[in-house]
Amino acid sequence: MSKAKAKLDFVTLDLVRKRLGELRDLLPASLIRELEDKLVNSGIKLTEEELDLILRRVLEEYEDSLVEPGEAVGTVAAQSLGEPSTQMTLRTFHYAGVREFDITLGLPRLIEIVDARRTPSTPIMVIYLDERHRHDREKALEVAQRIEYTTIENVIKSIELDLATFTIVLELDPEILENKGLTVDHITRALQRLKGEVSVDGYTVYFTPANVTDLIKLRKIRDRVLGLKLKGIKGIRRVVVRKEGDEYTLVAEGSNLSAVLNVDGVDPTRTTTNDIHEIAEVLGIEAARNAIINEMVRVLEEQGLDVDIRHIMLVADIMTMTGKVRQIGRHGVSGEKESVLAKAAFEVTVKHLVDAAVRGAKDELKGVAENVIVGSNLAPIGSGMVQLLVRMGAPLGERKNEVVEGDVKSDSK
Amino acid sequence: MPKKLNIFDHVLVPKHILLSKEEAKKVLRELHVNPWDLPWMRASDPAARALGAKPGDLIKIIRKSPTAGEAVIYRYVVPG
Repeated sequence: MSKAKAKLDFVTLDLVRKRLGELRDLLPASLIRELEDKLVNSGIKLTEEELDLILRRVLEEYEDSLVEPGEAVGTVAAQSLGEPSTQMTLRTFHYAGVREFDITLGLPRLIEIVDARRTPSTPIMVIYLDERHRHDREKALEVAQRIEYTTIENVIKSIELDLATFTIVLELDPEILENKGLTVDHITRALQRLKGEVSVDGYTVYFTPANVTDLIKLRKIRDRVLGLKLKGIKGIRRVVVRKEGDEYTLVAEGSNLSAVLNVDGVDPTRTTTNDIHEIAEVLGIEAARNAIINEMVRVLEEQGLDVDIRHIMLVADIMTMTGKVRQIGRHGVSGEKESVLAKAAFEVTVKHLVDAAVRGAKDELKGVAENVIVGSNLAPIGSGMVQLLVRMGAPLGERKNEVVEGDVKSDSK
Repeated sequence: MPKKLNIFDHVLVPKHILLSKEEAKKVLRELHVNPWDLPWMRASDPAARALGAKPGDLIKIIRKSPTAGEAVIYRYVVPG
């Protein structure tokens, strides 16, 4: 360290960068970046002594703010999420962000996320468009038409059965046809997939199925005709074009990530869905973790609740621990605990206790919940986690290094 | 023109790096853990498949973290 001289020696920027480089393993990237921004780019002149002092203080402050080993982070996270969720209004505001859709938000949505339901009650996709389609409403509409699942039922004014000739008469709606970018031709081609004769008269289409002589059969075929797919992607019920900033995006009711990502005109790097299982299947477990975090943050923010993102990240981490999205609940995280007492403390107490009794199960009393239940005065959290092992009989000379670290691995799930 | 979808381009997917056996050993020694104590990733996971990871491999994941800027974690590839 340089001694203070009459003339101050300012450190070079290279030295600052070098010192920061040395801290790279000790400080998180965001702090390094901030320090770099403040020390290098601001043009402040520092002596080496001052620089060292700053860096030492930052390091100290950072280390002070780390979670202590043995801290019951899970319990803290549970409390931190549980308390605000009692404040959530049951009167949820729907239409958040998207006027046209009803999106489940608030407490019901939060429960849906941590329960890892197979499908969300309101599946929604936010579809971003590629460079060619995102600046023009017409182009965006084009992509929307490609995605929206359209059947014959969606484009007709009426459907009638002519019982004299056993013919199905479809009255098409020209306006809707144009909206969806379809022509009468599309309809006849779809109908040709069924056995029978098709004839067209303006916007009226006649379809006479082959070998049909009774009403019941004809009715059945009518239902098949109504359900014929014209275009689009299965599962996407409705698509709306929306302007977001200076680009057009699509919002879709229904979800089918893998198919939508492959549609021409869709930007496959930003398009998402609120179906977390689908994300896990298509993009992997890490993406699912991010999706859980995003969804939970969105719900909490929309309700004006401020929960530290670290708690939410912990929940997402635990849910994705095993490589699959598991619910926090008796069929997931809580149900897979090793300890009988901890499981019984969560839900369906009697069942777990009876099962354990029948099996003759043992409880190692390693977790927090078990120890609270049995009234142990040293639950394995905080300082209670440390254990000392001393070999009493050994001669003094051999006793070095005999303080063994506590069983840190027995984290109470 | 259906281009092959690269999942690593997606905003939700962080950077995944498949570690060699030696690198994996080094990481485990540094962290003092058994591989199965790390979070898992199924071999059928899209990211694991894209990297060609087999059960027993270790995958290094560099997450973008809103709190730390960048966070490195490891996942142990398990069958399934």
